[in-house]
Amino acid sequence: MDATLLKALNEERRNRRAALVITDLGSGAQRLVREAGIGAEPDAGELRQMLLSGKSRTQATEAGERFIAVHLPATKFVIIGAVHISQVLAPMAMATGFDVTVIDPRTAFATPERFAGINLLAEWPDEVLGDVGLDRWCAFAALTHDPKIDDMPLAAALKAGCFYVGALGSRKTHAKRLDRLMQAGIGPEFAARIHAPIGLDIGAQSPAEIAVSVLAEAIAALRGRDARRDTAGGAAA
Amino acid sequence: MSGAEAMAGGAVQDDILAIAESWAGEGRDVALATVIETWGSAPRPVGSHLVIDADGAFMGSVSGGCVEGAVVTEALDVIGSGKPKVLEFGVADETAWEVGLSCGGRIRVYVEKVA
Repeated sequence: MDATLLKALNEERRNRRAALVITDLGSGAQRLVREAGIGAEPDAGELRQMLLSGKSRTQATEAGERFIAVHLPATKFVIIGAVHISQVLAPMAMATGFDVTVIDPRTAFATPERFAGINLLAEWPDEVLGDVGLDRWCAFAALTHDPKIDDMPLAAALKAGCFYVGALGSRKTHAKRLDRLMQAGIGPEFAARIHAPIGLDIGAQSPAEIAVSVLAEAIAALRGRDARRDTAGGAAA
Repeated sequence: MSGAEAMAGGAVQDDILAIAESWAGEGRDVALATVIETWGSAPRPVGSHLVIDADGAFMGSVSGGCVEGAVVTEALDVIGSGKPKVLEFGVADETAWEVGLSCGGRIRVYVEKVA
């Protein structure tokens, strides 16, 4: 690998941008394709699919065999609310490969005892979100039910383009939330991205079952699948 | 801060590319090995890296430790010649048995010089 290419690739990775490296296995010729530059590729559609799958692979072409390496930033999961659902969601999301952070300013909820082994911040979201760093490779769930805690980070997650934004609450609660977000300057096109009521419609009852439905919904969003639309009789159908 | 430190928060595997950059930056001769294809119960997924220097120092993995020794040997050759190689290890290959890919999987590994 050309040292300059390696440097450029690492630069993309450090800045949490997706990139592909295409290697001609015969000649060793290699090039870096940044996500922003995929549109200019002849096989842009296929390369985009590869980014969604996150899987690197070899490919036989007329010009010989090539290897396409997919480099995706590590996905994060930011959970607002150190609640019962989060106690199950956080370790499951970690097991699925997410870098998980749970944020809740209520110190009665945000205790190390309730969240052993989890990156837990007993702070107001607006004080720590800058360091946590919301971006499009981040899933986000607001689970406190409390607008004072949930609303600000929810707006921030929408603005940052998080690939998944979910918010707990009934349709009624969510309608009120949308009103508040509109007043805070969040347009309807942003607000429509919120998954609410949160989670896939699997008839979840317990906090743990809701956690499963939320994680599944987030994974579907990561892989570019609208699980609500693809599932007959889904939550929003 | 080195690249490796900057990315320490990410998955450990991903740090190998930062290590490769940092080793090359120190003026060491470096090769990068990448798993490009797997069949069966291969222990490391496609895209896994091993970085090797001319002294045989290495970081990362392309298997569960079964074929790293053979990959390092080939990498020294690649560092010398500058020409990339595709290696294949698997149960169908007698040599592979000798180097010990006993997990029953097969892997192809691309080895290239960082220059």
